[in-house]
Amino acid sequence: MSRFGSLADPPTAFLLHGMRVVDPGDGTDTIGDLAVLDGRIVEAAELPPDAPRLDGAGLVAAPGLCDLHAHLREPGMERAETIESGARAAAHGGYTTVCAMPNTDPPLDEPARVGMVLGHARGCACRVRVVAAATRGREGERITEIGELAQMGIVGVSDDGQAVASGRVARGLLSYLGPLGLPLIEHAEDPSLASGTVMRAGPLATRLGLAGWPASAELAIVERDIALAEETGGWIHFTHLSTAVALDAVRRAKALGARVTCDVTPHHLAFTDAWVAGDRGFAWDEPAGVAADPFGTSLDPTLAYDSTCRVNPPLPSRADALALLAGLADGTIDAIATDHAPHPRERKAVEFAAAAPGMIGLETALSLGLAAVAAGCLTLPRLVEAMATTPARLIGEERSLRLGAAADLVVFDPEATWRVETARLASASTNTPLLGMELPGVVRLTVASGRITYADGLDPLN
Amino acid sequence: MLDIAGTPSVSHRPSAGGSVVSWPGAGTKPAASWPHRHLLDVDQLSRDQLVACLDLAVEMRERRARRETLDLLRGEVVGLAFCEPSTRTRVSFELAAEALGAQVVELPIDVSSVTKGESLIDTLRTLERTGVSTVILRHGMSGAPYLAARAVSLRIVNAGDGLHGHPTQALLDAMTLREALGTLEGRKIAIVGDIAHSRVARSNLHALTALGASVWLAGPPAWVRGFSGWPGVHVADRLEDALEGADAVMALRIQLEREAGGGVPSLREYTARWGLDADRLQAARPEAPVLHPGPTNEGIEITSELAASERSLIGTQVVNGVAMRMAVLALLAQ
Repeated sequence: MSRFGSLADPPTAFLLHGMRVVDPGDGTDTIGDLAVLDGRIVEAAELPPDAPRLDGAGLVAAPGLCDLHAHLREPGMERAETIESGARAAAHGGYTTVCAMPNTDPPLDEPARVGMVLGHARGCACRVRVVAAATRGREGERITEIGELAQMGIVGVSDDGQAVASGRVARGLLSYLGPLGLPLIEHAEDPSLASGTVMRAGPLATRLGLAGWPASAELAIVERDIALAEETGGWIHFTHLSTAVALDAVRRAKALGARVTCDVTPHHLAFTDAWVAGDRGFAWDEPAGVAADPFGTSLDPTLAYDSTCRVNPPLPSRADALALLAGLADGTIDAIATDHAPHPRERKAVEFAAAAPGMIGLETALSLGLAAVAAGCLTLPRLVEAMATTPARLIGEERSLRLGAAADLVVFDPEATWRVETARLASASTNTPLLGMELPGVVRLTVASGRITYADGLDPLN
Repeated sequence: MLDIAGTPSVSHRPSAGGSVVSWPGAGTKPAASWPHRHLLDVDQLSRDQLVACLDLAVEMRERRARRETLDLLRGEVVGLAFCEPSTRTRVSFELAAEALGAQVVELPIDVSSVTKGESLIDTLRTLERTGVSTVILRHGMSGAPYLAARAVSLRIVNAGDGLHGHPTQALLDAMTLREALGTLEGRKIAIVGDIAHSRVARSNLHALTALGASVWLAGPPAWVRGFSGWPGVHVADRLEDALEGADAVMALRIQLEREAGGGVPSLREYTARWGLDADRLQAARPEAPVLHPGPTNEGIEITSELAASERSLIGTQVVNGVAMRMAVLALLAQ
């Protein structure tokens, strides 16, 4: 049986025995024990004698996951998600922190609205941090009151959903943000190239008759912003990077010492544009069917044009997905961020091009990452680093399993599998093409600030 | 399976009145069974099934010309759901359904409300409850028939979806070409124009290559380049390469607003570089027929003289269209 807890619960105390403990912060990867007491990681000997002792054989303990990019839809679209349901989805996925994006209705473009979200987040199943809007109304013209927002603890600003289209405005933002130590989180997509497109340009878009999104749309903004970051000294963070060409631009900029970071979504690592045509093979699998022969294979009528595969940026070509996996492995990509984008049924039960872009991801991200590890694309410590240690560091949080550190951790079974089903999803929405699929990696325990926020079959309170 | 070597046989269900019309060939062949519930695009059909469609359409045309009673769909209600303006295809389907004895209902779909995002699924569910068995769906967005086929239990016939497919048009084009050329095996077919925005071209690529033709595409680069790599398809750099020795030439309708999208600088330049006329056709085989799915912009993609010449099969395409749609409706109703 699984259950959710919250950050308002009393701190827990327990000993987990005999797990693989992976802490990329200090390079730990060993079989060991973890004791938790009063919100801290302690010596086992410090535990009271009646503290539960749990068998961790076959499990992995890692620092709590941190998502830099989630749409919690509150205020304005509470049927798709609320802060509370989104936080539960996060806890179910092993996350202890999520960063809420500002494209709500109204957008999080002023201190009172940011304060409201932070207030609602109290006592939820996950810490919620806020990314504020970069410009008022997300209209790309006047920048928000970033100084005041910074004092409230925002982790960055973004007009996500679209790029800051004006180079002049982006330059002003980077210049103003620089001394505050906060990033401009850029959805890199040149509207003049991307407008009206619905899937990645390529043979499959040609085959399906869907307007194709060219990689140049991403590259154009990435190159502009790198130049602006260099000119202004500001910090540019590219979110949901999705093309090999833009990744190469980031790699070059990093080599030159620019203040550039980036993240990639699980779906841009694992899925490909062939999913739009009904394929369901992962990017690292040997292509088959329409993925291998984009023009000559019959479409599967049960899966072709499935609107759950409509997402921005669109699902990548296989070559791009493999380049992203390599960029994640070699550290060019700093973090995995979900771009969890819940939508109510009616926004998706429409024609592919009419469907709202986005898919949920908080509850399946770790599983997809573990599938990539199982396929040999990544090491487990690198996956943990990209999902927990590095993103936490980017927003000023610590993640460590050392003695004395805050007890913020996830325990999962990397071998066990689960079927993605509506009933198992804590999110208020179910828009993912993974529904019905069997994935590796089951979260057994999520502990945030010493509180159990999610437990499944490994509950110290039982 | 249909006997593709001989006369196609079509099974028949008892009509509402209970009488069994044993047409055609009942008693001589076992009832055939068609494996597809919908016609979403040509790609779902095997080569044998394609040939069966073509053969049955030829037979339908002959029987219709003899004014035979062909009430294979008696008691059925066929709904026409045209979410996009269309006259030719709608009338062709209407005639086909009526020729088979079906009752035809036209859905009063306000095209503007569909484009405002009113639910296609809601519309189809309404139909489902009113006794319609088959829906002929024309829709402005690629893939809409796939959504429809998943959402309701109605039979779906794709009458054109966005830029993606127009299977009955491709089948009637293949039928027309096969009759004109004897076979499509090894034939060179040139398709000229805006391939990228043409659902007719996409479905034709599936149909013609499956039947053994090699298809050459010519047109402004932005409208043809994406198709390179399609098995059996050649993207020509120059119009002359596509026309050289072609056994047949198909012109596509140029959407007059497309020039704004950057494909060509102007219609005038399109016509100057890719417009079909008798002079350019001399590169093709003598007597090579010319097709056009219609409606034509005469003087733009094809000269009016060529469209009206003896080489033009445009009129035959229209006649074959009704026969092919009869064949498709009859096969799906099995």
